[in-house]
Amino acid sequence: MTDATPTPRRVSRRGLLAGGAVAAGGALAATAAVRADDPGVRPGDPVPAAGVGDAVEPFHGARQSGVTTEPQAHAAFVAFTLRPGTDRAALGRMLRLLSDDAARLTRGRPALADTEPELGLLPARLTVTFGFGPGLYAAAGRDDRRPASVAELPAFRVDRLRPRWSGGDLLLQICADDPLTVAHAQRVLVKDSRPFAGVRWVQQGFRRAAGAEPGRTQRNLFGQLDGTANPKPGSPADTAVWVPDGPDWLRDSTTLVVRRISMNLETWDLLGRADREVAVGRRLDTGAPLTGAAEHDEPDFAALGPDGLTVIPDFSHLTRARVTDDRQRILRRPYNYDGVPTAEGHADSGLIFAAYQADVARQFLPIQRRLADRDLLNEWTTPIGSAVFAVPPGCPEDGWIGRQVLG
Amino acid sequence: MPSTTTGRFRRPAALIGAALLAASVAACGSSDDPTTAAAPAPTTAPAAAGANAAAGVLGIRDPWVKAADKGMTAAFGALVNDGDADVTITGASTEVSPMELHEMAMRDGKMVMRPKEGGIVVRAHSTATLQPGGDHLMLMSLTRPVRAGDELNVTLTFGDGRTQTFTAVAKPFTGAQESYAPGHA
Repeated sequence: MTDATPTPRRVSRRGLLAGGAVAAGGALAATAAVRADDPGVRPGDPVPAAGVGDAVEPFHGARQSGVTTEPQAHAAFVAFTLRPGTDRAALGRMLRLLSDDAARLTRGRPALADTEPELGLLPARLTVTFGFGPGLYAAAGRDDRRPASVAELPAFRVDRLRPRWSGGDLLLQICADDPLTVAHAQRVLVKDSRPFAGVRWVQQGFRRAAGAEPGRTQRNLFGQLDGTANPKPGSPADTAVWVPDGPDWLRDSTTLVVRRISMNLETWDLLGRADREVAVGRRLDTGAPLTGAAEHDEPDFAALGPDGLTVIPDFSHLTRARVTDDRQRILRRPYNYDGVPTAEGHADSGLIFAAYQADVARQFLPIQRRLADRDLLNEWTTPIGSAVFAVPPGCPEDGWIGRQVLG
Repeated sequence: MPSTTTGRFRRPAALIGAALLAASVAACGSSDDPTTAAAPAPTTAPAAAGANAAAGVLGIRDPWVKAADKGMTAAFGALVNDGDADVTITGASTEVSPMELHEMAMRDGKMVMRPKEGGIVVRAHSTATLQPGGDHLMLMSLTRPVRAGDELNVTLTFGDGRTQTFTAVAKPFTGAQESYAPGHA
């Protein structure tokens, strides 16, 4: 998230669920300090980061978690292709199983028939977010309930899409502050999906460790702050993300665009620092616009430099992605990926760009068109994967994700 | 199929009608069933409240059945006896297959599956866990597939004639292969 301060929701939720043991960064530090002063603790002993493993995000509710939830440190995006014959009834059985797995694991309980139950005991803010691709609506005979903008994106000039990173009938976005928790949840959910669907692609990503930079905008592997322009938590984000009305299968839903963006660290290395900042329109250290001093300062697109040109170039990423109306904003919730370098030492790095918005056509596409058309960053970035999903409403304790859609 | 288990298929069949009178303990899709062991203290109110024990003779926690297209399969779960007297399960039944009560035991140097003589006893104020590799409720011959996500009603019969029905959800599960290996006994 973009805000520099922890959201009140997080504080109250953690206070409630962790018995008040952990509230915010300050409480974390205080706990650590107390432990470090304990005579039983010797210098150099690991000081547990209290509450990271035990912290719980809710699974049940009107809206799915993992969207406006403060991003966890680790993520796996798992896309599935439905098997032939997975019809509406089979989808119901699958989604009941997967919802039950998610409900248990997110509260720190082993899944039903969990073969490694000890791995289910630390939720570490686990969330499992379900996304439905166009193929799921078709398989269910419910294309009339597919949000109109949930369809393959139009082709963009900059795209170099690969099938192995694109499309999908069902997506599970699995996020937690502990990588072992993510791995176990992924294993459980994949196993329960196997009678119904095959794995199409998996994208695993990361951010800073939990608590390393509380409340800070994430950095990508270009070193840029990434997500500064996100709608503020609370009402602005809600306006951008959630469908406010409509039938029960649409209200409180959202949409997710997952783009795999390869970042060419080799050609990026050829740039000096000033050129890098011009490409983005922001300073690398603070994330401030080139006309400002702090990350969230309003950019001044009219300001001129000594050379008579605008300080923030028209082709900068900041200019091209600029949106001021919350109804037009997208919620960026990206994760970095960092594959294995080649024998020559060339990086395989990039961004799992995950964007949430109420309507892909109204919010995502205009921004994407402007960026594809003329964004200097395109020189060093290449979209190599693309997928679009509806994120249906959440479910109550006795429900399951997708029940409103399948009917 | 183990030779020692033949001829016992029909024993619970007469009890199916009586099962309808018993309280149903639905568990599928409900995420607030307390788990059987080792779980940390509940962190939400619903989880803390959700015991099934009041609904029948035993509390049936996390019941599930291994999904299978045909042949044999097995049902598992935790049986919680909150009462002051031991409870003995003498039979089990379901509409898709004859059932038997089985245990795993060492015989001639290997683990084999065999009918549990005297039934499954759940001691007072204790929990008996039915799990792969241990005691289980065996479905001997499926008359139709039990597909992943299906919900199966299973009726337990107790030594005193009482019965109790619960719903087990079918899970994809590749373990519990002992259920399928013929010729053990």
